[in-house]
Amino acid sequence: MSDSLIDVQIDGKWMQFPKGTRMIEALREAGKLPPHYCYHPKLSSPGNCRMCLIEMGMPPRPAPGQDPPEKDQDGHLPIQWMPRPVISCANTVAPNMGIRTDSEKVVEWRNGVMEFLLANHPLDCPICDQAGECRLQEFSVGHGRGHSRFREQKVKKPKNVPVGPAVRLDVERCVMCSRCIRFCDEVVEDPVLGFTDRGSHTVLDVHPGRELDQNYALNTVDICPVGALTSNDFRFQMRVWFLKETNTIDVNCGTGCNIVVWTRGNEIYRITPRRNDEVNSTWMPDSHRLSFHALQGDHRLTEPLLRDPAAPGAGATNPSPHRVAQWPEAIGRLALELKGFEPGEIAIVASARMTNEELYLARKLRAALGVGLLDVVPRQGEADELLISADRNPNTEGAKLVLGLKTPGSGLNAIRQGIADGRIKAVLALQEDLLSQQAGFTSEQLGKLDLLASLHLATNDTAGAAHVVLPGASFAEKSGTMINVSGRLQKLNRAIQPPGRAMDDWEILRDLIQALGAGNGLYQISEVFKAMADDLETLREEGIGWADIGDLGHPLIDTGVRIPLIEKERRRREHGHITG
Amino acid sequence: MATVVVKRPKLSLAEKLYLPALLGGLRITLGHAIRILRGRTKVTMQYPEERWDSHMPEHYRGAPALVTDEHGRERCVACQLCEFICPPRAITIKPEEIPSDDPWAKVEKRPRAFDIDMIRCIYCGMCEEVCPEQAIFLRKDYAITGLTRGEMVHDKSKLYQIGGVRKGLVNKWNPLK
Repeated sequence: MSDSLIDVQIDGKWMQFPKGTRMIEALREAGKLPPHYCYHPKLSSPGNCRMCLIEMGMPPRPAPGQDPPEKDQDGHLPIQWMPRPVISCANTVAPNMGIRTDSEKVVEWRNGVMEFLLANHPLDCPICDQAGECRLQEFSVGHGRGHSRFREQKVKKPKNVPVGPAVRLDVERCVMCSRCIRFCDEVVEDPVLGFTDRGSHTVLDVHPGRELDQNYALNTVDICPVGALTSNDFRFQMRVWFLKETNTIDVNCGTGCNIVVWTRGNEIYRITPRRNDEVNSTWMPDSHRLSFHALQGDHRLTEPLLRDPAAPGAGATNPSPHRVAQWPEAIGRLALELKGFEPGEIAIVASARMTNEELYLARKLRAALGVGLLDVVPRQGEADELLISADRNPNTEGAKLVLGLKTPGSGLNAIRQGIADGRIKAVLALQEDLLSQQAGFTSEQLGKLDLLASLHLATNDTAGAAHVVLPGASFAEKSGTMINVSGRLQKLNRAIQPPGRAMDDWEILRDLIQALGAGNGLYQISEVFKAMADDLETLREEGIGWADIGDLGHPLIDTGVRIPLIEKERRRREHGHITG
Repeated sequence: MATVVVKRPKLSLAEKLYLPALLGGLRITLGHAIRILRGRTKVTMQYPEERWDSHMPEHYRGAPALVTDEHGRERCVACQLCEFICPPRAITIKPEEIPSDDPWAKVEKRPRAFDIDMIRCIYCGMCEEVCPEQAIFLRKDYAITGLTRGEMVHDKSKLYQIGGVRKGLVNKWNPLK
């Protein structure tokens, strides 16, 4: 037996755990996770919901002069059970400790706690958004009575309170677990929530003159075990049991928070963070969480568009209108026109918002055309010392790796200069609006081009000016991999289908390369990954396949960049403030 | 496989001849024909001038409909349980929040749209059974007709029109409680 491991008996079975393990974590490992509301592995444990009660026992301590207890044949001391319950979330295991989770007493204690929690509950599940993922509902099945013995008037408390721009509070549903209070205090370090009054009149409230207006406020809705805090954005949109969950990653900044996309039919209803201790713990910023609304609407491109060449009098100021084309026609026309240029006359502006696979195919496209100029548009923002990275491109590291760029964006000037000089006559814009501030092209420059082809997911000025417009897919509609700021290879999974006849970007690029005569026989995203892994030394050395990446990603390169929130969490874990 | 031995009935001579049975049948038919011609019995009901409505049993399951209570409140809170339970997926609900100036704002939620596709509906009554708000009931309407598929979808106003007002239900949203 190692020194750091101690013996603990759980429901009659002896197991070993590291010293200092919380009982609840030991029970989780034993597959006997007790019901709980207030305990959260990423927050401190105040032990105020009292739901995770267990029966605990220790070896008897002999009185002076009494014989010490004898060990049994396996070397364990007998256990003397304590008559009173113990909460498992705030206590650690001890040598030769016994824990019972299924004894008659434990069941009775938990049933009692459950009855008290439900005494003042409004029982409005039909209108409560939490229904279907509510801990009160779940534990009522195992610990509820099914009827109420409470004959008194229920305590009236504030309902439907807007505590912040994103969050609604219903205190009658609250079980006073204080998870949200601790989240604001410990993770965001902006303690705006708190309890007032006592006993059954306790009320969760926001500090006078303040609002729950942090960019992380919606995480309180996620961790709320009941329907007390609900999201204004998702409020009454859809019952959760209709929604399909797809694990993927966020693409709004370089951190690449792990997320779950909740969809029904072909519509996204909400996005929630997914636990990944190396990337985003269990949190995500609201600005990223709500960004999916921009993907849904009439502004999405749904058909390939072509501008027929030179109607008489048509020019840069007065172009002939776009017309809807079929995919083979659009791709064929683009390939044909590209072949008409000298390699030096073409430039590709790709995007660090594209997946590695798409960037790899962009590289293939460059090789097929012999293009020299290929760069991505850098996108900088403000970092927030928690999860939002200053790099607002989700795949800058991937662009560096796949395209071999040293400083992404450094070649854009050469492209702009080339257009101004008239050396560059054709530009391919992949998922980038060239007329945006970050890209910094001007409409005069684009007007000089003989061919402007663009791949976008929504209408923008570049698409308006382009001769060929190809409708691409948003992050929720595509599969692929990205590398985040810390060098972790993470997977995107398709949650919904692209709208109309829009296609996954890698398929468009593959079709274009094939139309240019460089056949590649790629039919699945995993084949693209394999081809890329064979080509790139870093991936080849890692020996990683599409199936090996998994939901939590795979550390690929060490960029030296650390995510501030994860570093903070590591320190808190080392100090024993949190367990997870 | 188990073998079942079937005993064939022994037929008498009269039965083997068929003719007596045939004549017996003819006698019944002829009897009915004569009685109808004399106006003694009536077999056909003149639908739609005459209807079954008065003969309908209490448990008859016709078209599902939404009801309001005696306070004029629409009872449905758009919990979508009927949409979930509906075996042929005939029900589609779009919920919305009740605006704060509404007298029933405390109920918080109501359906913005409530569609039942009566081409799909199989009149099973599960929606009524699952409803936690006593808001949907199967009525005795059985003649659901229309000239287009669109007409066969009952929207919210049509459902309330069929359902009407129901009194004596549990009023759990009453201000007193």
